[in-house]
Amino acid sequence: MSDHVDLIIIGAGPAGMSAAIAASRQGLSIVVLDEQARPGGQIWRNVEQRRDGALSTVLGRDYAAGAELVDRFRACPADYRAEASVWHIDEGQGTGGGKVFYLKDHQARVLEGRCILLATGAQERPPAFPGWTLPGVMGIGAAQVTLKSGGQIPDGPVWIAGCGPLAYLYAMQLRRAGGTIAGFLDTTPPGRLLPNFFAFLQAMLFQPAPMLKGVAWQLALRCTVPWVPHVAALTADGGDRLKTLTYTTTGGKPVTVEAAHLLVHEGIVPGTHPTLMLGCEQAWSDAQDCFAPKLDEWGETSLPGIFVAGDAGGIAGAQAARLRGELAAVAIMRRLKPSAVAERDAVKRLRSRLSRIIAGRAFLDRYFRPREAACLPPDDTVICRCEGVTAAQIRALTTNGLGDPNMVKAFTRAGMGPCQGRQCGYGVARLTAEITGTHAATVGLYRARPPLKPITLGELAVLDKQRTEA
Amino acid sequence: MTRTESDILVIGGGLHGLSVALQLLRAGRSVTILEESWVGRHASGASAAGVRTMFRPVSELPVSVEAAGMWHRIEDLVGDTCGFHANGQLRVAERDTDLISLENRVRETRSAGFKHEEMIDRQTLRRLAPAIAPHCVGALYVCTDGAADPHRTLRAFRVAVLAAGGLICEGTSVTGADHNDTGWKLLCGDRIFRAPVVVNAAGAWAGKIAAMLGDDIPLGVKASMMMVTERVAPFLDPVVSAVGRTLSFKQSEQGTLVIGGGLQGRADVEAQRSFVDFERLARGARAATELFPAVRNIRIVRTWAGIEATTSDHQPVIGASTRSPGVFHVFGFSGHGFQLVPVTGLILRDLIIDTKTSRQIASFAPDRLGVRSAA
Amino acid sequence: MFRKIAQPAQGVTVEVDGTPVRASLGETVADLLLRQTEVGFGVNAASGRVRAPYCMMGVCFECLVEIDGRDSQACLMPVREGMRITRRMGRPEVAA
Repeated sequence: MSDHVDLIIIGAGPAGMSAAIAASRQGLSIVVLDEQARPGGQIWRNVEQRRDGALSTVLGRDYAAGAELVDRFRACPADYRAEASVWHIDEGQGTGGGKVFYLKDHQARVLEGRCILLATGAQERPPAFPGWTLPGVMGIGAAQVTLKSGGQIPDGPVWIAGCGPLAYLYAMQLRRAGGTIAGFLDTTPPGRLLPNFFAFLQAMLFQPAPMLKGVAWQLALRCTVPWVPHVAALTADGGDRLKTLTYTTTGGKPVTVEAAHLLVHEGIVPGTHPTLMLGCEQAWSDAQDCFAPKLDEWGETSLPGIFVAGDAGGIAGAQAARLRGELAAVAIMRRLKPSAVAERDAVKRLRSRLSRIIAGRAFLDRYFRPREAACLPPDDTVICRCEGVTAAQIRALTTNGLGDPNMVKAFTRAGMGPCQGRQCGYGVARLTAEITGTHAATVGLYRARPPLKPITLGELAVLDKQRTEA
Repeated sequence: MTRTESDILVIGGGLHGLSVALQLLRAGRSVTILEESWVGRHASGASAAGVRTMFRPVSELPVSVEAAGMWHRIEDLVGDTCGFHANGQLRVAERDTDLISLENRVRETRSAGFKHEEMIDRQTLRRLAPAIAPHCVGALYVCTDGAADPHRTLRAFRVAVLAAGGLICEGTSVTGADHNDTGWKLLCGDRIFRAPVVVNAAGAWAGKIAAMLGDDIPLGVKASMMMVTERVAPFLDPVVSAVGRTLSFKQSEQGTLVIGGGLQGRADVEAQRSFVDFERLARGARAATELFPAVRNIRIVRTWAGIEATTSDHQPVIGASTRSPGVFHVFGFSGHGFQLVPVTGLILRDLIIDTKTSRQIASFAPDRLGVRSAA
Repeated sequence: MFRKIAQPAQGVTVEVDGTPVRASLGETVADLLLRQTEVGFGVNAASGRVRAPYCMMGVCFECLVEIDGRDSQACLMPVREGMRITRRMGRPEVAA
């Protein structure tokens, strides 16, 4: 039932595709498992089908450029399995690599790999606020996904609330697509530019093109859409769907407006669920205000033979993800095929390109760091969407002096729903830290329990080895 | 400021430790619980919370039947129902030969004087569990058994202990023990706790603690796996197990299906971690779908393995140390200790305060497992 | 809630809560349901509140619907000809 390969890559975004292309050149046997129906990851979702036409213009040149990598990935000898949902990974208990359990066509399958590369990407940082569970409220990243895969935009005026490059990019795309922006509620706190001016210059030096583009977007938006700076608090209201929203600027009074669509964004964070479940050591990144797995310079985790590349290992964007995918492929080749020596110069080039991107990143991390209040919402806010657990319930429990998210989970059911704590992990960590007077870095996230994705009883039953005829 | 002197130190903040502490507090003693991580972190929080007298070893029945009575009045004990519902426990027979083995079991318990177990036929089984597979021919049934909510139970016992004046020191790991004329001195890093009496309720770590306290009790470790599904509409009241299967199947108050029964994962006791082995857990999924074909498409959202101590005869260790003065053991429940929680508090209270108990606990004696020489 | 910016060339027909609906090739079930007039993808199994997708990338599970008899994340599932999609207005039933 289980077959063996040299390398299993999970995720067919920029990091996974680049690693597959690089590693397959050396003749490794590779399987790439991806949850989506087509390669590209979230950044280039559906790019193959959007090569031209109106949508391609709307999404811009950086999006269209992804098609070239997807073509090369399709052409490389790696065995690509789409719509394959990985639900468990068993580490090899010190021997390196491990077993990957996945579902495809409702069949549970097991695959053993001498090395595993997790290129599972990022998720939007869930900025809990009162009313964020109402239909009509969505992540900006989510709205962009449905623009890429469905070619659609919200029907009617859109409120955008948040900060960061993706917020500006989507706003520009929305306007190009003929959408209306009711207002842009910029949540970047006041006084961010001056203390980070050196980082700004550094970013301009190392990443001039994307930086200039970003500045131009912001200027264009400020001139053409209603722009509210320094928004500090947000509440969404309505019965079964969003009807009004209330925002408060720093030092200002609450303003309530009618709203049918509210798109929010407070940056992205690495998807840590697979590495947490495996027990890979995690480190708090103060710069990015989140956890990321501890990685060596090649992307190997604390578990031998388990690598991470791309935004799953720390946010750096698609270009960096490609480079990190290639670097991980080099390390994996050296591990599995010592005879195939990679050129030193090539590695050096990869590293220098990567360091330029990372040098430019520092400014974005600092300037768009989410405001403290975005992480510590008022009592009536639902933190765990699945189980409907509020900030008040978590605060009440943690006032007893307890400071472990797993205990909060056991006693409130927060994190026990289908998303398994992916949406409330940071919220619970922050609230616990707030009450116990510590830091989210010390509190940590929930332990991640398998399965990574739900699997039915019937699908699991098939894996029983001692099964006789049904 | 933490109180460091008590009448009794309880090592281990699982349900048994809490229950013992609660009874001693109510008897007027001062009690401090030393818990390595947090209350219920391991087996207690990972339990399926079955409240079952059915099919227990006959030697456990006297205390188990008493515990059952206490569960029916659990609110009097801890001020909360603990989510306990006496919806019955069923042990299903899938073949006629299974029926015979169950009938033998009923004869055995009846001859020992216990009348709570009864046989039910196919029709009654279908009425109690309408979704059961048509091939099932009958069952053993205890209508007064049932199940509770493990986390709610933990919370209730924790609150009750605190309300009774108990001190719970979480994040407090016992690293050493010393005994002199005045009693025990337990080292917890740079902190010291003193008491004339120490209760070892340290679950999977009880063997290590026993060694510190001068007893050498051979123990194994279990990592029983559990799985829980998404919430589904109510369809099943009793807890269901089956002859010849490693399965325990119930629907919780929240609507989730909680499926366990003792399939073993892997435990790393030192690292306090446990691992789920899906190729083995698949057996449980298969058993569940064969007994309840309609749950085939219900999705598993979470699985885990709880770490617990097990003994060679699968019966707990409850009693005073015969070597170390003032040391009492309560651990090794081997995967079926939840139901006994209320009664262990009473047993230990009697043993500690009256130095004896009228309850039948001879088969739980710490010595029986072959205590070797003191360390 | 959402509208297409251009009419797609190729389409498929699927069934949403028993009614035939046209969808475009390459989009996901979640994309399609976002264009339906009724609000929501179902109700939350714990609280009963109406829910709709938040993340669209497989993280939040707010887009769960029944597709051809199985619960699926609508945002990860491409539409296919003849697919039967059911929004769940309560907890799944276990038929006796």
